[in-house]
Amino acid sequence: MTMTFIIDALVTVIGITTPILLAASGELVVEKSGVINLGVEGMMLVGTIAGFAVTFETGNPWLGILVATLAGAAAATIFAVLVLSLGANQVATGLALTIFGIGLSSLIGSNYVGIAIDPLESPFPDALANDSFWRVIFGHSPFVYFAILLVLAIGWFINKTRAGLVLRAVGENDLSAHSIGYPVIAIRYAAVAFGGAIAGIAGADFSMVISPLWAEQMTAGRGWIALALVVFAGWRAGRLLAGAYFFGVLMALELYAKASGHAIFPSQFWAAMPYLIAVIVLALISSRDGKDGKAPACLGKPFIPNG
Amino acid sequence: MTKFTRRDFVKAVGAASALPLLGASAQAAEPFKVGFIFLGPVGDYGWTWAHDKGRREMEAALGGAVKTTYVENVKEDASAIPILRDLARQGNKLIFATSFGYMDQVLEVAKEFPDVKFEHCTGFKRAANVSTYNSRFHEGRAVTGTIAGKVSKSGVIGYLGSFKIPEVVMGVNAFTLAAQAVNPKIQTKLVMIDSWFDPAKETAATETLANLGCDVIATHTDSPAPLQFCQKKGIFGFGQGADMSKFAPKAHLTAIEDIWGPHYTARVKAAIAGTWKSEDFWDGIKEGAVKVSAYNASLAKDAQDAANKVIEGYKAGSYDVFTGPIYDQSGALKVKEGQKMGLGDLATIDWYVKGIQSA
Repeated sequence: MTMTFIIDALVTVIGITTPILLAASGELVVEKSGVINLGVEGMMLVGTIAGFAVTFETGNPWLGILVATLAGAAAATIFAVLVLSLGANQVATGLALTIFGIGLSSLIGSNYVGIAIDPLESPFPDALANDSFWRVIFGHSPFVYFAILLVLAIGWFINKTRAGLVLRAVGENDLSAHSIGYPVIAIRYAAVAFGGAIAGIAGADFSMVISPLWAEQMTAGRGWIALALVVFAGWRAGRLLAGAYFFGVLMALELYAKASGHAIFPSQFWAAMPYLIAVIVLALISSRDGKDGKAPACLGKPFIPNG
Repeated sequence: MTKFTRRDFVKAVGAASALPLLGASAQAAEPFKVGFIFLGPVGDYGWTWAHDKGRREMEAALGGAVKTTYVENVKEDASAIPILRDLARQGNKLIFATSFGYMDQVLEVAKEFPDVKFEHCTGFKRAANVSTYNSRFHEGRAVTGTIAGKVSKSGVIGYLGSFKIPEVVMGVNAFTLAAQAVNPKIQTKLVMIDSWFDPAKETAATETLANLGCDVIATHTDSPAPLQFCQKKGIFGFGQGADMSKFAPKAHLTAIEDIWGPHYTARVKAAIAGTWKSEDFWDGIKEGAVKVSAYNASLAKDAQDAANKVIEGYKAGSYDVFTGPIYDQSGALKVKEGQKMGLGDLATIDWYVKGIQSA
């Protein structure tokens, strides 16, 4: 195995991991606040088409990312109004948001089928970005760096800041947080909108970097993997980062094993592997029953203040 | 006053019960209803897009005489059954199921609706009211394989597949045999991604093949994403299902275009006229069902000539890529010198030819 080969493989891993890591980071904040939004796939798709359409129409990818962010947040806000203000069931509303996102993105996207844009390239100088070694660090799209910085920032925010403590309090015991005087609903609105914004960015990664085109449902279920990843990581940012890259390495291993003719396992086994491992990890987490890896206590429950 | 038999009564009741569904459109000149189930979204710009293009061409050709309904994103599992049933209940008299994985579901529903005609794409099981239709895509694969064999400098070419089903197996076999015909040293690396449509995984798989030394990569999945990667990497690929040159002007050497419109038009016409029979259609380059797009201007003259020779050979019936001797991966002789594989054998093929590296 040569150095080039390892670097090539790492580049593949980083590329496929990034959108999952992004979407999962956003959802982590949402779930920490005690809300579960199953509409990640839908919000991603809204971001996918928004990013593509705006980039194509204006020629400005940064504007595309901005609009994708806002579109994801807007889709999440619809969800927030339904579940936080109107008390709708979170699971059902999240599923409806996915269906809505698929439909809306397909509708808007029908004008953009068969068009390609230039991919968003590395922000670093070509000498570094295209260097046969340094490209492993400098050769990625801005999404890659943003995703890693974001998940680290989220970990710091949740564990080290006062605002993060309030967020956790709202997710663990909304009634107590309310009685101390924290605006539970407003905090959850903010968390849900943040999660949507990040899902929108994750979606834009698909249509602006990974395959710079629009095709219906091009996220192909990554939103669901992101949701699983949050659970897999036990609601912890550090494990989320490791878990996302673990999924990415597994997928790349599968492709390399197949392409080099040494499958080791049948291809169906490779396809099932992430789910198998997720089940094993979940079983381990629940059997330990410790402090780590537990879901926020108020996850998925509506907030009904007494009195 | 005409005689009113029990059979007429049943028909009348049947028609009356269908009336509420049909609503205002239940006029004397009611259009013939045709249903489609699609594997992907119609906006995939690949397989489903090509079928939908065929549907629209058929609609345009027959004008007000037909009304079509389609359902997209139908999974290749038991969930296709209620969707097929619904289409039949809604009065669709001819239903096209446009992917291999609907095979048993179509047969099951066809049994329940003997008056409804079904056509299943790329399958091999038929019934009195179930036809099968396919294109000899492998003829197109022989053309692209010829080009790949001429263009590849490394002698290693890639094939991005979806599932190990006969259509994909014969595709990679035809591609490899044709490439070996112009360069006997050609090796093909094959990756199946267990999906027809997943741009991110298609891109990652193409990247993997490129990293393992492939400099020409053919795709048997549905999105143009792999071509975009080839363009970025400076290697070559082919469009799948449609001309995808605008996605990758440099990398796109040519494309295999699926042309379904004429088949849909002919079959709907036959169903309206009452001449529809259960048949097995397998059209190719000669009939116009498989079309090879314009070559990339950068493609060398001798590669173009070699590709044209294959196309002309198929048109004249003088060439068949599945002509022996053909060996399988283990080196065993599968087709003797001078013999040709019949379409029946191809329809159920499950072994790869020598020179394919697969997992």
